[in-house]
Amino acid sequence: MDSENFNSTILDVLKEIGNIGSGNAATALANMLSKRVNMNVPKVKIIEFKDVPMIVGGEEKLVVGIYLNLRDDVKGNILFLLDMESAINLVNLLLNKKVKELDDISISALSEVGNIVASSYVNSLSALTGLKVKISVPSLAIDMAGAILSVPAIQFGLISDHVLLIETIFKEGENFVKGKLFLLPDIDSYKKILSNLGVL
Amino acid sequence: MDMIKVGMADLKVVKAPKMLTTLGLGSCVGIALYDKINKIAGLVHIMLPSSDEIKKNQNKAKFADTGVILLVENMIKEGADKTNLTAKVVGGSQMFSFKKNNSILKIGERNVLATKKKLQELNIQIVSEDTGGNYGRTIQLNTKDGSLLVKTIGHGTKII
Repeated sequence: MDSENFNSTILDVLKEIGNIGSGNAATALANMLSKRVNMNVPKVKIIEFKDVPMIVGGEEKLVVGIYLNLRDDVKGNILFLLDMESAINLVNLLLNKKVKELDDISISALSEVGNIVASSYVNSLSALTGLKVKISVPSLAIDMAGAILSVPAIQFGLISDHVLLIETIFKEGENFVKGKLFLLPDIDSYKKILSNLGVL
Repeated sequence: MDMIKVGMADLKVVKAPKMLTTLGLGSCVGIALYDKINKIAGLVHIMLPSSDEIKKNQNKAKFADTGVILLVENMIKEGADKTNLTAKVVGGSQMFSFKKNNSILKIGERNVLATKKKLQELNIQIVSEDTGGNYGRTIQLNTKDGSLLVKTIGHGTKII
């Protein structure tokens, strides 16, 4: 798969998956919070490895990463990434308090959000492709962006020098939550997705 | 201080007083080679153990096997003597953990093993290492003495 193929039809399809998924995620978050949650139009990008850390403010920036495995017809992974400010905003919304640091309860709440958000995208992927996809229990890490991003970068490194990113901003009142989601099907699943979408 | 940055799947060779750094190593491995006589330092930031796993290998610095070889070649071109080279190996963490084993998550460990194997084949001695764990590392290679600074978030800072 070269990057030029990526950039046309396939990108449009992936954008659509991103749009529907983000919509589902906003609805799920709104239900969870019993508040109205708005979102921007998600940005779907294919970016080069070397630019990946820059989009989150550098390799050494402290971020929260939530990682899940995909199973069934589509195998691979999802990484949901939040900057620290967004993670804390999100925890405060969910738990209705004012934390400054992430404690165990916050981490558990964030994992659950990761689960919901990932499910939203996976459901959209499933609906558009007719493929059955299940997700695992999430695993969460708080560390340097470069270190966390190395995991999806390595995974995509077997396929190409580029990674697929869906960037969405959720908004509740004055609170912003900037989420970055990396959808990482393995190479066979990737072909399956594209062929079911009629673009391969 | 003249600090040259090495990105992911990238390599650089410098002479003193320039220094080399690579930021946020996770499952990737940073391999620092040093010629203490000629004060020449090289650093490669590899992502995967073996170039055999991929059909078209455009970027040699992405893999432990081809990355180490290319780094040694480039250092020799810059005037280093292969017999002087010593190595320091950092990274190879497992950032996320799951109950079920997943080969891609063990990639850190596999990267470290592949690196050591290649260095051994080339007869380059590993003088120190800081590998494994579940956290990220930033490294800075001092070209004056070959010392390697390892920085983490919440797991301390050390010189190896």
